[in-house]
Amino acid sequence: MIGVVNNQIDKNTLELLGKANQMAVKIQTQVCLFIIGSKELKVDHVKDYADLTVLMLSENFGRFSLYPFLINLEKAILKYRPSILLSPATTFGRTIMPALAARLRTGLTADCTDLDVDDKGNLLQTRPAIGGNVMATIITPNHRPQMATVRPRSFSVQPEKREGRVRIEEITELEDSCELIKIEKREPSAQIDQAQIVVSVGKGLRRKENTQIAEKLAQLVSGAVGATRSVVDAKWFSHDHQVGLSGKTVKPKVYIAAGISGAVQHIAGMQTSEIVIAINKDRYAPIFKVADIGLVADAYSTLEQIVKILEDESDA
Amino acid sequence: MKILVLAKQVPDTDKVKIDPLTGTMIREGLDAVINPLDLHALELALCLKETHRAQITVLSMGPMSTEMVLRDTLALGADRAILLSDSAFAGSDTWATSYTLSEAVKKLNIEYDLVICGEKATDGETGQVGVEFAVLLNLPVITYVSRFVSLQNDSIVVERTVEDAYETWKVRLPALISVLRSVSEPRLPTLSGKKMSLSKKVEIYNARDLGLKNNDLGLTGSPTRVVKVYNTKLSRNCQLYMGKDLNQGIQEVVKILKNYKGSVRR
Ligand SMILES: Cc1cc2nc3c(=O)[nH]c(=O)nc-3n(C[C@H](O)[C@H](O)[C@H](O)COP(=O)(O)OP(=O)(O)OC[C@H]3O[C@@H](n4cnc5c(N)ncnc54)[C@H](O)[C@@H]3O)c2cc1C
Ligand SMILES: Nc1ncnc2c1ncn2[C@@H]1O[C@H](COP(=O)(O)O)[C@@H](O)[C@H]1O
Repeated sequence: MIGVVNNQIDKNTLELLGKANQMAVKIQTQVCLFIIGSKELKVDHVKDYADLTVLMLSENFGRFSLYPFLINLEKAILKYRPSILLSPATTFGRTIMPALAARLRTGLTADCTDLDVDDKGNLLQTRPAIGGNVMATIITPNHRPQMATVRPRSFSVQPEKREGRVRIEEITELEDSCELIKIEKREPSAQIDQAQIVVSVGKGLRRKENTQIAEKLAQLVSGAVGATRSVVDAKWFSHDHQVGLSGKTVKPKVYIAAGISGAVQHIAGMQTSEIVIAINKDRYAPIFKVADIGLVADAYSTLEQIVKILEDESDA
Repeated sequence: MKILVLAKQVPDTDKVKIDPLTGTMIREGLDAVINPLDLHALELALCLKETHRAQITVLSMGPMSTEMVLRDTLALGADRAILLSDSAFAGSDTWATSYTLSEAVKKLNIEYDLVICGEKATDGETGQVGVEFAVLLNLPVITYVSRFVSLQNDSIVVERTVEDAYETWKVRLPALISVLRSVSEPRLPTLSGKKMSLSKKVEIYNARDLGLKNNDLGLTGSPTRVVKVYNTKLSRNCQLYMGKDLNQGIQEVVKILKNYKGSVRR
């Protein structure tokens, strides 16, 4: 059985179920979705992507706190015994999965960008390693479950359907030494991993004020603005905007890299975009190696021209 | 108040080599530094030392060269530095690392009220060791701590940043927190601190000192195996536009943008 764990039902869950499905076909096994969270969660639209959905819902599970979630999930995992267990590499997945791995005394591979199974049922876990310079494939030969967290947007949602049974597990409520005393909603400001068009800026924009042109373009095409780490370090943008190894992975229809050199760590986060457009005044900049269209020009004035054409046409 | 800081030594550059046989990193011959995020963890501890007279112990597992890195933490103001070093620890994955660290805490009777670690290390980038370590010791955990709010008698209040919210949590001690850069601004070492650290010693223990069995350690004790390491060459055929062709390129880009802008939901 291949298990997928999440505390919400979102696109990440569907992406992982899609991949779990493909692997389950290959090794002829079942797909199980473990959902742990608030009583409000509704699974109607996702349950048919798994053979079985195991629900662990409680009014106390509105916000994630480690031990109540851990104890209940551990119990379910020992009961259903998945041989592979996956979770998105979100703040939830990246906290619950190491905790589960410690309790289950098994291996866990963080932040995978690709997964596969071999005919022996080994999970082949691939992730960028050593500062994004290389990819490494990792297996967990002798311990079960084989566990991995997976970067959001690594896989696309698949249409395949399965049996869709649902089972509700009884919750063990326990005293928690962590108490949530305040919660302040955050503008989901930089949804760069959701946008279909991402306009990313690098140091080649030269000044913070100049990045407004990228925001303008993003607005015109209903896209989002991404950034390199250099630009985030220079405080031109918050970390939410960072694309790359230590930022987000994006997979938009169109990725524009303006004034970006194309360091491996940056490329690690955008190379699976459908169309890549690079603007750089150095025609030998590495970013052109991963681009479909390259404009050898000043980043600011080129963005300005593009904006002007789009604006003129929408006025007309 | 006793604080334990988990700190890892990482290679300074990205010019890292890999052992083709084991697929693990060759750490020898590289300049080593403390994992940058762990400096933020240490700085938070140092601030609590100033305000609450906390005692700071820094614990690390790594090669012998880590001693120099730990010496720097003593120069910054840590009270005690402990290095776990043994060839038997080499090649540890996150499980084996967390196990060794947590066993050392038990065997050496290291006392703590609060454990602070970095969100992740720049070399492995897994962010798993802190959580696994804590769970092996049954400690409460708050990850992604972006701000330390307050320390009370037997509890702390911290702010954690997640995808959709800032959450403020009150946690009974002992507990572990993993911190983001924003918790503190690391200080620089001073000359007097460096002098003072010369009189202090980094304590070093090997597997036998800790009474640990080789089966649970290093590569042998690690559930995961690296089976393949390869370069990605996802190069594309780039159509370059420059000079007098530039305008044509811009028109091409506009066409693509208009094409996809329709597919957007907002
Ligand atoms: C462990 C680790 C993790 C990292 N993680 C990330 C990450 O997640 N994301 C990330 O982005 N980086 C990351 N980095 C940093 C990365 O190595 C690069 O330093 C960074 O991506 C460079 O950003 P940049 O392209 O904006 O700046 P630069 O490398 O300075 O490039 C600027 C580019 O702009 C061009 N340019 C200059 N002037 C103009 C002009 N007027 N018009 C057009 N072009 C111009 C230049 O030719 C150059 O190519 C990481 C590094 C490490 C070691
Ligand atoms: N070998 C180690 N010795 C001490 N602390 C470590 C070690 N490895 C990881 N840590 C701690 O765990 C955090 C996360 O590291 P990692 O899981 O390697 O990304 C680091 O910021 C350190 O605080």
